Amino acid sequence: MPDREHTSKHYELQLRELKNKLLLMSHKAEQMISDAIRALVERKLSVAEDVIIRDDELDKLEIEVDDLCYAILALEQPVARDLRFIATAMKIVKDIERIGDIAVNIAERSRELIQEPELKRLVDLPIMAEAAQKILKESLDAFVNSDADLAEKVITNDNVVDDLYEQIFRELLTYMLEDPRSISRAIKLIFIAKHLERVGDHSANIAEMVVFLVKGQDIRHGTRIDRGR
Amino acid sequence: MSVKINVSKVNFYYGTNKALHDVSVQIRQKAVTALIGPSGCGKSTFLRSLNRMNDLIPGTRLEGKVELDGQNIYSDGMDVIHLRRRVGMIFQRSNPFPMSIYDNVAYGVRVNGLARKRLQLEGIVEKTLRDAALWDEVKDRLHRSAMSLSGGQQQRLCIARALAVEPEVLLMDEPASALDPISTAKIEELIYNLKQDYTIVVVTHNMQQAARVSDDTGFFLTGRLVEFSETKKIFTAPANRETEDYITGRFG
Repeated sequence: MPDREHTSKHYELQLRELKNKLLLMSHKAEQMISDAIRALVERKLSVAEDVIIRDDELDKLEIEVDDLCYAILALEQPVARDLRFIATAMKIVKDIERIGDIAVNIAERSRELIQEPELKRLVDLPIMAEAAQKILKESLDAFVNSDADLAEKVITNDNVVDDLYEQIFRELLTYMLEDPRSISRAIKLIFIAKHLERVGDHSANIAEMVVFLVKGQDIRHGTRIDRGR
Repeated sequence: MSVKINVSKVNFYYGTNKALHDVSVQIRQKAVTALIGPSGCGKSTFLRSLNRMNDLIPGTRLEGKVELDGQNIYSDGMDVIHLRRRVGMIFQRSNPFPMSIYDNVAYGVRVNGLARKRLQLEGIVEKTLRDAALWDEVKDRLHRSAMSLSGGQQQRLCIARALAVEPEVLLMDEPASALDPISTAKIEELIYNLKQDYTIVVVTHNMQQAARVSDDTGFFLTGRLVEFSETKKIFTAPANRETEDYITGRFG
């Protein structure tokens, strides 16, 4: 059943504006991760530089989202689903903003790596990037569509990203053992893999909040903690 | 917490017009229960059925059971006057008697012969005015007319008057809807404190008020009790879509 609109048009518009800002932020964050990895794989310095610059837009939007949330809390006193939506917005905005920071970190490491000879042809890292981007996109889709089932799938799929990280870590370790000259580059690649693993974690956080938004159930930290009455 | 009022399968009619449909609910003792819903949903009718106030309206009829401490208040031989002493009522518009502040509070005590001596009566008046959080404001002018009080004070005086006959349950129909925010806050604070000793049922159009003062909330719609649950649950994650639409303002 589609959501009915609020009797107060002004309130309805504010909630929509909030949702639109979050969507815009998610779109930008997704794109930044994708470009940061592309910069590395295609060895394009300008693409990496561009990602670093774009983080400002995300930071600005984060502040706008926070302002809007405070205003709605103070002026509209949201309850029930609306309250859960505001609480969700205030939490996931931080996750999305952090994903932007991670994209910048990846772009910085990429920028350094591009200026050195290629250590190896990158095979697993793009696969991992794709997996991380997929669950990021799915977590945001789940938010947009209030889809708790998809959100729960994201939480499960985060393991795939974690496993890929372990695999990449082990592989790069062998390079470092064989040739100490590879250490600096290998460590940077491990950092990038670690960053992607964090993207997966933030996506899972977003997904957990989506379950809360839709079902009113807190599923964080694996267990349903009994908070008493 | 034990159950003070057990309502089961209540249908209520104004003539042929059915105003309540199969309402069942348990009102917890020494808790505040809020009843919310749009105008004409039956919440005030329901409230008035808890002390048989509806009996005063001709052509009304109730089916089902309303048990106060296990005793059906609609059974034959129920002393309705005694019932209304046990289940007091506060109305939307404060309605002090045109007499002094003191006499307003003392009225019920005198009529019911609850105080044997004047000293005892004075004690009851003071205690009750203190319980109603009004004592400090009126102690120096107890024999002035109740009409000299502000609206908020008049409403607390009415609460004091209701408390003076030592009821067990207080029914409140929009007790703060005609008051300014400060007076409203005082009434709400009072409700919060009174639940230590009384079972309170309050009808309100003010959703934030229901959220602030009550332990349980019932949502009425077209004569049906759509949802009844802990207030915290109703206002964070209600189970029913109609409840959610109403409290979030997606209605009509």
